[in-house]
Amino acid sequence: MEKLKYALFTGCTAKQSTPEQMMSTMAVAKKLGIELVELTEASCCGASHLQDYDDFLSLVLNARNIAYAEKHGLTMVTICNTCQLNTAMTKHRLDENPELKAKVNEKLKEVGLEYKGTSDITHFLYAIIDDIGLEKIKEMVVTPLSQFNIAPFYGCHNIRPSELQNKTHKTAESAYRPTSLDDLIIACGGQNVDYEEKNKCCGFHVELQAPHTAAVLTGNAIAGAMDGNADWMVTPCPLCHLKLDTQTHHASEAIGRDVELPVLHMQQMVGLALGCSPEELGLQHHLAEVDFI
Amino acid sequence: MEHKITTQKVNFKVFRFNADEDYLPYYENYDMEVTSEEVVLDILNRIKWDHDGSFSYRRSCRHGICGACAIKVNGRSTLACKESMNDMVDLFGSELVIEPLSIKRAVKDMIIDKGDFWEKHDAIHPFLISDVEEHPEHEHIVTPEEAEELNEADLCIQCGACHYACPVVEINEDYFGPAAFAKAYRFEADVRDDAHKERLEELHAEKQGVWDCVKCFECAEVCPKDVNPIEKITKLHNMLFTEGVATSNVATRHAVGFKHSIEKRGVLDEGGLVLYSEGPSIVKHIPVAFKMFKKGKIAMPWNIPTSDNLDEIQKLIKSSSTAKF
Repeated sequence: MEKLKYALFTGCTAKQSTPEQMMSTMAVAKKLGIELVELTEASCCGASHLQDYDDFLSLVLNARNIAYAEKHGLTMVTICNTCQLNTAMTKHRLDENPELKAKVNEKLKEVGLEYKGTSDITHFLYAIIDDIGLEKIKEMVVTPLSQFNIAPFYGCHNIRPSELQNKTHKTAESAYRPTSLDDLIIACGGQNVDYEEKNKCCGFHVELQAPHTAAVLTGNAIAGAMDGNADWMVTPCPLCHLKLDTQTHHASEAIGRDVELPVLHMQQMVGLALGCSPEELGLQHHLAEVDFI
Repeated sequence: MEHKITTQKVNFKVFRFNADEDYLPYYENYDMEVTSEEVVLDILNRIKWDHDGSFSYRRSCRHGICGACAIKVNGRSTLACKESMNDMVDLFGSELVIEPLSIKRAVKDMIIDKGDFWEKHDAIHPFLISDVEEHPEHEHIVTPEEAEELNEADLCIQCGACHYACPVVEINEDYFGPAAFAKAYRFEADVRDDAHKERLEELHAEKQGVWDCVKCFECAEVCPKDVNPIEKITKLHNMLFTEGVATSNVATRHAVGFKHSIEKRGVLDEGGLVLYSEGPSIVKHIPVAFKMFKKGKIAMPWNIPTSDNLDEIQKLIKSSSTAKF
């Protein structure tokens, strides 16, 4: 098989508040024999907030990021659900609307770039499932996670709007009964926990504006996983991770019940199963102690 | 063309409750042979006609126009007369839970008190506000492009599917919800409407929460008419800025702060963004920030990366910005 190679859009948190996400991405890529070319020119995707202020500017900036992936002739891989949403949404809107694409390219021309629409955009979770395959992961597992009940937390921006998301990856995913992360848990040898909140919102995007709403959503999610007898949670989104890992105090207060679980990044879970060391995966960077290793 | 009708056995667990008689709701089980031709509304009809005449639900047009029959199947808001049983079984399997849109608002079985929905709907002034001359000399021409702007939003049938799928509506009872905001946009985008700024100013008020949307896309996912409410909420946000109605609050500063942060480094300065958004209120984040710092989750200013070719980003921000604050 030809070596898999992607253009990596790290997003902002991987370089700041979730350093362990960057560490585990690189460790897992190495184990899987994936080559990642980091898009060091990329800017922030706007995280749906710049989009609230200046929609056109956010399109131009995201198109610029994609243009760099196109220059490499590679599929862009994201490691954050919100980066995935905003980048894939930009691609979708520009590919569907030649007039808008021309307007954006007029701006990009000023800096010698062009958005062509030649690169696909996919989240690392789906790159693993679509391009490597769960069977291959199963074969590669050296430390099966068989003693753990693991609660998948999908994160909104990987599964909704499903019409857009199902254009970006090959394995069909339902927004109401998503399976990708459950399947990956099983491939890693773990027991997947089914609970109502697994495809619900963590509240991240209103943490500043509506802290109570955000805290209730975080609390409900962790409580749902705990009631499902989960030992820990796993998520493909660093923003969900931040909310679930660092905001437990507010979440507990908001729902009137003490909630806390270790929350691993998808890459950390795969890394553990593939035999990476906890240090390599940055498990020491969590607030909710990862004490089961 | 030959079209084969298949049947399969489905177990329905149906929410039953009569607010006048029951202390608590309960679930009744019905096992039925379901054909591939049926929609969810057919099942509601069969429960009433074949099993229990007291079973109550709203229905009228049977054609996805009146918006009366929205309920939840396995937690998913759906318009009963449009939703194919085949799709539901494909999605959820052969055990289906039938519930009203909102259990806490249940009056009788599938019928809920939709009062909060209508109150919020009415509060956005869901009508054209315009001084129409009594004897106009010519028609008010709306170009196809102008009509296109509001077309999608105009398709709303007020079924409430999005409103009761919205997690914020469940938590914050003042929150207007996706349907009301989409309806507000419908009139905001109408070139004939004269109340443009006044309506926007009302929407910007803290309480109703046009800025409280969590961006979960649940509303877009459930809408049976593809109104895409979250996109309309985003467009209202854009309008608040372009029309100069937005005032400085944590949400508007947060949105604008992204631009400033990107202009500075390309990559976001997370701490700087929170400071810009919160102002002096940032002190409330110090306990969590301290814990994060101890775990190596806060980058020091000198460790925050800067995008390569930052000059390109800065040039594009200068040439492509369309909003001012």
